[in-house]
Amino acid sequence: MELFFRKIAQLSASLVFVILAATTLVLYLSAKPAIEEFGVKFLFESRWGEEEKVELPPAELSELESVEADKGASIGDDFIEDDDDFIMDDDFITDDDMESGDNKSRVVYGALVPIVGTVFSTLIAMLFSVPIAMGIAVFLSEIAPSAVAKPVGIAIELLASIPSIIYGMWGLFYFGPFIAGLFGGNTVSLLVAGLVLGIMVIPFMAALSRDAITTVPDMLKESAYAMGATKLEVIKDVVFPYARSGIIGSIILSFGRALGETMAVAFVIGGVYQFAGKITDPTNSIPVVLANSFAESSGLSLSVLFYLALILFVLSFIVIASAKVYFLRKK
Amino acid sequence: MRLIMNRVFIVFSTFAALVGLIFLGWILFTLFSKGLQGLSFDVFTKDLIEGGLRNVIVGQIMMSGIATLIGIPVGILAGIYLQEYGANSRSTEFLRDLSDVMMSAPSIVVGTFVYAIIVVPTGHTSGWAGVLALFILMVPIIVRTTDDMLNLVPIELREAGMAIGASKYHVTMNIVVRYAKAGILTGILLAFARVVGETAPLIYTSGSSEFWSTDLTGTFPSLTVSIYNLATMPDDQMVQLGWTGAFLLTTMVLIINLLGRYASNKKRSK
Repeated sequence: MELFFRKIAQLSASLVFVILAATTLVLYLSAKPAIEEFGVKFLFESRWGEEEKVELPPAELSELESVEADKGASIGDDFIEDDDDFIMDDDFITDDDMESGDNKSRVVYGALVPIVGTVFSTLIAMLFSVPIAMGIAVFLSEIAPSAVAKPVGIAIELLASIPSIIYGMWGLFYFGPFIAGLFGGNTVSLLVAGLVLGIMVIPFMAALSRDAITTVPDMLKESAYAMGATKLEVIKDVVFPYARSGIIGSIILSFGRALGETMAVAFVIGGVYQFAGKITDPTNSIPVVLANSFAESSGLSLSVLFYLALILFVLSFIVIASAKVYFLRKK
Repeated sequence: MRLIMNRVFIVFSTFAALVGLIFLGWILFTLFSKGLQGLSFDVFTKDLIEGGLRNVIVGQIMMSGIATLIGIPVGILAGIYLQEYGANSRSTEFLRDLSDVMMSAPSIVVGTFVYAIIVVPTGHTSGWAGVLALFILMVPIIVRTTDDMLNLVPIELREAGMAIGASKYHVTMNIVVRYAKAGILTGILLAFARVVGETAPLIYTSGSSEFWSTDLTGTFPSLTVSIYNLATMPDDQMVQLGWTGAFLLTTMVLIINLLGRYASNKKRSK
């Protein structure tokens, strides 16, 4: 019994590892056709699902070549360290050159639009939510009387648990039109998506930061007050330095959450494969592409989606790992 | 000057807090006003095809419930292993870190994973695929809360159990886990609340159906996916139904959260 229990517990524990490893492996295997087809260029290609005719009139052909040349340059500049991982990339280019004499055509997919959309919407969310969440955290822990701080604190924690789809729906019907009225432009746009994301992570970030701030020993604060420091000075020079790793950790975790968020964004970003020229234009993000396109995809286009999912997974893995590093430093 | 800066700062952070709370209050207000507007008896007695939400509510709870039922033993056992058997070895720390990573992994990625291993081979969406996706999402949460809660159990209790000759299994199950029961229960409730509101991993694993179904091997009705579909329809009545669903979903999640809070408070006051 003893041994059996131990074994079964061990098995359960390793399941977490198995799931994570399986996820990475399955995503990679499913994405393999797309990785082989597009290589690292996928990250810099802005077209999505457009048919690329290989036999083209001279004008367009030269245009195409110049685009290719640009991309080649950018790969060379930014991703030298990745060269060994993507040997297929070189093969692919030669394939392409050979094909240009034929009458073949192929469909080109690129992740640049959703990647840029994801990054920018997350950045807007962070710019918007960090000051407000910090304000709430400081207000709750240092300024408000406990009769206010307690119920508001509980309310914030409860709000953090509201399903993200609610934020998206509210954004679509109320907040989007509100922002469009304020700044002009569309009711679905990069700006609206970023702000809705920001509002969504505020309670989460505020609750975590408040927890970090309340770990500051009262004695430290009291000593500072006794020296005649003002509230601002206490918070700036005593509380923030002490709780820094916790606060930064909470910001990174919120960043990770905003990065992978699907539903809050799906309603309000527009879901079109084009760059947002203005901040009030609609664009797209990785999770939204995944959510909207799976049903009607197969073969290569499906594989492309898995490639996207893999990129997102790796991105969020990096974000969370860096949050872990910060939290560990505290211990 | 210092005092003025101090004033400015206090006003600013109070203002920031107010702005944040106003937005959040606005969301809750629309949710309640729009949700209550469409609330009627029909919502609970009719299926989606007839303009009610009965089948999707039941479907959502069934999927989350089954995921929880499978997730509880696995998650708790894994938590017990990490805390009681794993000691503080490097592999235990590694598993802890992995659970944290899984806990914050984008839920849509979990959906793509399940799509690849179940929906692609079987060729159609199914309730079990949805259950698996939710299970994957909730296990790390239960693992980490169990782990944390067991960590709070005083070592003396374990030693006392060992001293009277109880086996490790007995000590763990009858002393340690019993001591941490309330905390673990809270963790389970919070994990359930988290997955019951998930949409992204269900869109293409369980799909959603307009008809009554309890057959998990087929496309399964889901409340959250239905809300997504309803809200993007051009028909006002459909959108209204979506709001009602959103309201019910939020109420459910909030109530479960309050229950979880109550469970852990009760323990603290003891």
